[in-house]
Amino acid sequence: MAILVTLKSPVAAIGREVLDFTQHLGRLFLFFVWGFVLIFQPPFQFDKIRQQIYFIGMKSVFVICLTGAFTGMVLGLQGYYALVKYGSTAALGSAVALSLIREMGPVLTAIMVIARAGSSMTAEIGIMRISEQIDALQTMDINPMRYLVSPRIAAALICFPLLTALFDVVGLYGGYLSGSALLGLNPAFYFARAQSSVQMIDIVGGFIKSVVFAAVVVTVCCFQGYYTHTRAEFGAKGVSISTTSAVVISCVLVLITDYILTTFLL
Amino acid sequence: MTRSPLIQLRDVVKTLGANRVLDGVNLDIYRGEITAIIGKSGSGKSVLLKHIIGLHEPDGGAILFDGRLRAAMSPAERKALKKKFSYVFQDTALFDFLNVFENVALPLKERNALSPAEVSRRVRDKLHQLDLHDVELKYPAQLSGGMKKRVALARALVTDPEIVLFDEPTTGLDPIRKNAVHSMILDYQRRFGFTGVVVSHEIPDIFFISQRVAMLDEGRIVFEGGPEEIQEAVAPEVKNFIQGLESPRDDLTGIASQSIGQNRLLQEMSRLQRYQIPFSIVLLAMDNLEDVDRIAGHVVAQTVFKTFANHVTQSTYITDTCFRFDINKILVALPDTNEDQARDFCRKLARTMQSHALFGSIEAVKGFCYSVSAGVAQAKQGTGLDDLIAAAGQTQAVFYECRN
Repeated sequence: MAILVTLKSPVAAIGREVLDFTQHLGRLFLFFVWGFVLIFQPPFQFDKIRQQIYFIGMKSVFVICLTGAFTGMVLGLQGYYALVKYGSTAALGSAVALSLIREMGPVLTAIMVIARAGSSMTAEIGIMRISEQIDALQTMDINPMRYLVSPRIAAALICFPLLTALFDVVGLYGGYLSGSALLGLNPAFYFARAQSSVQMIDIVGGFIKSVVFAAVVVTVCCFQGYYTHTRAEFGAKGVSISTTSAVVISCVLVLITDYILTTFLL
Repeated sequence: MTRSPLIQLRDVVKTLGANRVLDGVNLDIYRGEITAIIGKSGSGKSVLLKHIIGLHEPDGGAILFDGRLRAAMSPAERKALKKKFSYVFQDTALFDFLNVFENVALPLKERNALSPAEVSRRVRDKLHQLDLHDVELKYPAQLSGGMKKRVALARALVTDPEIVLFDEPTTGLDPIRKNAVHSMILDYQRRFGFTGVVVSHEIPDIFFISQRVAMLDEGRIVFEGGPEEIQEAVAPEVKNFIQGLESPRDDLTGIASQSIGQNRLLQEMSRLQRYQIPFSIVLLAMDNLEDVDRIAGHVVAQTVFKTFANHVTQSTYITDTCFRFDINKILVALPDTNEDQARDFCRKLARTMQSHALFGSIEAVKGFCYSVSAGVAQAKQGTGLDDLIAAAGQTQAVFYECRN
């Protein structure tokens, strides 16, 4: 009997982990749905959404331009040296445009926003939780989900596609800078191939990804902050671990979701 | 006629983690009264308060409002009930990303029932009443502990709540500010008539402002009654707790605490009974301490009371006893003194007060009038302590007045 229990225990442990993970995903999904529905509860929180758009979107513009430019440049550089061996450098425009619009744009934008805005979202909501500010909202009959989470969800859903578009455009010019301006590829080839190879479905696919990433990132980051008090660690330590978890989990989930979405979109 | 409680807790049980924090709490809170909840640290006082406002739901038992079970209320009724409450958190829980004005305005703004101009008017009124108008653009991180407490109080009172719950509102404050917050709570309770529940460690100061006291121990209410009853309670857990926390000296004034003073009075009584040694008492009251609150703020009012207590101490002999009797009263016991000699003591005290600046800058406020009254009584064979104090209260007459 004891042997049976010993043999079963690793299986049981795996089962428990899987169940926990599924439950956690379920909680995350409900958290998102609840926050999303509350966006439309009147009166519309226009001012708070505007503030969050400024924080998530506007303040990320510089970092997105910077990473977009260098990603495009490195793609141009690598692509040029790879293609030059086959004498098909003219395809550089397609390579850069497709990899940016389909993959690199949405994924890197999401990861940059996680690093810049996602972590601070978790820390801010987490600190509000441990200093009882969220309880204070509840005592004032203010729904903390509506007040804190809904504007962030709305703002992320608006900002992510726009930031992705910005990343793509800046990246394309980055590819042009390294491929044409520095390495001498004819710019007409570069832009003509970029234009002809990109289909509407690629752009729509990229935007679908960015919207899904927005939902994933904002949900994970807000959730980690909102429930920071349920951790075994208390106070500042709890907030720091929540912030780390938010960054790690949302990055991993972005990459997993990217793979799943790509499977469907291709 | 028996009063019916506004809030009733019946056998409330709550387990947090492995701890059974509340283990069958029964408590009645009456309308228009301040109920103090005292108890050791970690005895579940804050958890109890959070059950009353609905931040925690009990694992067992029932919470009733006006005789109606909260668990049986519809969501709309619960929402309406929640609007009647305000909560002052132990660590203030001010929103650190909003300035003082925005913090106080938030509960009004989010209710969307008032125009922005009306919200602004009410907030400014409240900030002015709490002497916070010059810090309305500052953020909580830029304020002192006492100011944060006042902002939290302003935020709690701006919605004109029917029930205000205070979770250790004076923790970490110096004696003057602690007494200022207490007098503020009492002042606002008198003015707005809300029902207050105060969780506090401040013994005996909290007894001055509360009409009922409940003591929580090991998750149960071990005492419920008036503040004067708890001082006479014989249950060892209550007695030990009160005596353990009560300092022999009053924090604000430095004079003897109420229980020490009353013990001295009892000793004098027995000396009178046994050896026929007369003694008299003088009950001194700063009548319009509330006016000083309104003119110069609660902190100044408490400083004035402290200065007054110093003058009283200086006028007494080493054998006399003076102790804080109430939030604005000092009782002096004068051994070997008859009523006439006690009146001489009052005259001497009035002269001392006239020769010293008692009220500082507020004396210059135009139209400001201030008075201190005294009641004198000589103890007689066979009269009880309560009768003696009541007799002194009846002869209360103004003996010092300041008019501008």
